[in-house]
Amino acid sequence: MVPVSNEIEVKPKQPWKPTQKEINTNIGIFILNILVTLSLIQFTGFSGKLAFVVLFILFSLSTNFLFSLYKGGTVLAKNSLATGFAFTGISLLLMPVISILGTVIKRGTEAMYIGFFTTDMSDDGFSSALDVGGIKHAVIGSVIMVTIALLFSVPIGILTALYLTELKGRGSTLIRFLVQAMSGIPSIVAGLFIYSALITGSGRGFSGFMGALALTILMIPTVARTSEEVLKLIPSDLREAGLALGATQWRTVAMVVIPAAKSGLITAAILGVARIAGETAPLLFTTGGADAVNTNPLDGNIGSVPFYVWKALIDGSPNAIARAWAGIFLLMIIVLSLFIVARKIGSPKKVRS
Amino acid sequence: MSLNEILDQVRDLPPPRILSNKPRFSDRIFRGIVTLGGFTSLLILGLISLFLLYRGFSALRTEGFGFITKYEWVSSINSDGTEGEAASTYGVGAMLVGTIITAIIALLIGAPVAILAAIYLAFYAPIRTRKFLVSVVDLMAAFPSILFGLWGLNVLMDQGIYVAELLNKYLGWIPIFQVPVPVFLRSPFIAGLVLAIMIIPIVTAVSREIFAQTPLDRIQAAYALGATKWAMIKTVAIPYGYSGVVGGAMLGLGRAMGETVAVFTVLNIVYRANFDILLGAGGNLASHIILKFGEASSEEIKALMAAGFVLFLLTLAVNLLADFIVARTGKRGK
Repeated sequence: MVPVSNEIEVKPKQPWKPTQKEINTNIGIFILNILVTLSLIQFTGFSGKLAFVVLFILFSLSTNFLFSLYKGGTVLAKNSLATGFAFTGISLLLMPVISILGTVIKRGTEAMYIGFFTTDMSDDGFSSALDVGGIKHAVIGSVIMVTIALLFSVPIGILTALYLTELKGRGSTLIRFLVQAMSGIPSIVAGLFIYSALITGSGRGFSGFMGALALTILMIPTVARTSEEVLKLIPSDLREAGLALGATQWRTVAMVVIPAAKSGLITAAILGVARIAGETAPLLFTTGGADAVNTNPLDGNIGSVPFYVWKALIDGSPNAIARAWAGIFLLMIIVLSLFIVARKIGSPKKVRS
Repeated sequence: MSLNEILDQVRDLPPPRILSNKPRFSDRIFRGIVTLGGFTSLLILGLISLFLLYRGFSALRTEGFGFITKYEWVSSINSDGTEGEAASTYGVGAMLVGTIITAIIALLIGAPVAILAAIYLAFYAPIRTRKFLVSVVDLMAAFPSILFGLWGLNVLMDQGIYVAELLNKYLGWIPIFQVPVPVFLRSPFIAGLVLAIMIIPIVTAVSREIFAQTPLDRIQAAYALGATKWAMIKTVAIPYGYSGVVGGAMLGLGRAMGETVAVFTVLNIVYRANFDILLGAGGNLASHIILKFGEASSEEIKALMAAGFVLFLLTLAVNLLADFIVARTGKRGK
């Protein structure tokens, strides 16, 4: 036997992929657009980053439109215009995100120093020099309030989700609507509600517990909706198997459904925390915002990171603004890490069945 | 084995089991607790409207319907208990106008961007890019509103003023772009711009989910007929998702109406109905409540509660309508 030396390699054809020529043309047009826009910025009255972006988008849209008009008539031209608009939409969405994250990283470290996390603001004003004072009281207050809010909202949120997925009672449609509506109530209303129901006229003052209650209201819908999505994904075989073995419904839910959905439910709680960690408005009406450490959630004003940022913002001096950015930087690190943890835990796994 | 023995055995068999589909006692407790938990949201929403109405009732009764139409907010009693010069009158009309104006600006700027982004995410993005960008949109939705305020004030303001000046210079003949004095700083337009960026994630997320539900057979039918991608989107995706996208935009409108901290930070809060959107004065209901709350007398607090009640009803109505529209789209054509 003669070994086959010249094997014919059969590659699957991919007619939808752009050919090398098309890619080259596209790159050429792209470079041309940038060059023309740059020269417009350079030699005419337009200037600045904003003008560059706007001109570049307009110019790219029109060159792509004309090129495909020349190549394939109005049908292709319209198609390329639509593609251009879709890309414009996503770039306009990403621009503020990039700008915000960039600014937070750039400005957030100005007021950071070693003592920032170990001191509070009881001796220093927000406009004092950046090497005194810190955010310790706010972090402690935030942790206390978020923990209490977690203790209230996770059971309620999961019970709501169970009602929607396990009981499927007559009120399901109504409850689903109300949970949706609740997720849309302005955060300030939650604060006003706690203030009007529990603080004003009761002789009680501001406290961390009140703040936590306001946060609970905002957190319940997030937890409930995410948990519902998770519980829906649990195959009904599992439930039926549990019932067929003679288990009561609550044993099935407690021993089969909840354990199967555990990681998803944890994700729901984490996303809820991410939702409320930065809430400012409800805390303005309920916590009073102390400058010293207060570890008792039941009595007295208590600080929190968003309130710290708020106070610095209201103060308005350059040092205070630097402090505000530092507080925001901390908040963003918390929110971002919560998100990453939630993705890690909640990334779709096969449910054991 | 004799017949009698067999019969004896048969007689010894236990009586037939009583089968019932009645839940056991433990299940009844379980169902009770779960139902209770399920109806908490109803309870909370009820309590919110009850307490805000109860605390604000005296202001609403004194002012009547004028509470939402009058352009005046004057308190006769100062926070230290001394009598002011004018008689007190409370009307949130001007702030209601401000709420609607800023929310509409936000919607006009934000919704097109969000819907185009959703179209990109649903039909153009490669799978990995899509996954990443969807997380970015989720993350953006979780940005604290005070961050948007701070960023809007320190970064976006300059660009916003530049755009406002351009609008005023070239489109100044349109009444809303006129300004009596050239103060472009901290205007409703810039607040609307910040709100637009804040509502983009939710509108994008809702619209993308709706577009992703477009029935695959219809998409493939369009391609099989030789449609370009745009033709497919125009004839299949947009008709399918239209009302859902409208609902998503309305959810964004509801968010923009209730936004507090960002508007308070960016906008120069002045109690007046400002129709010149480029002029740096105005406000919305929520920011007005924050502004007045700190130094309000007990009587003014009641009026603020009533204002909160109005805000609650307004956003609740917008949200319920939006949810209704979105839910109706989701059911169709599956």
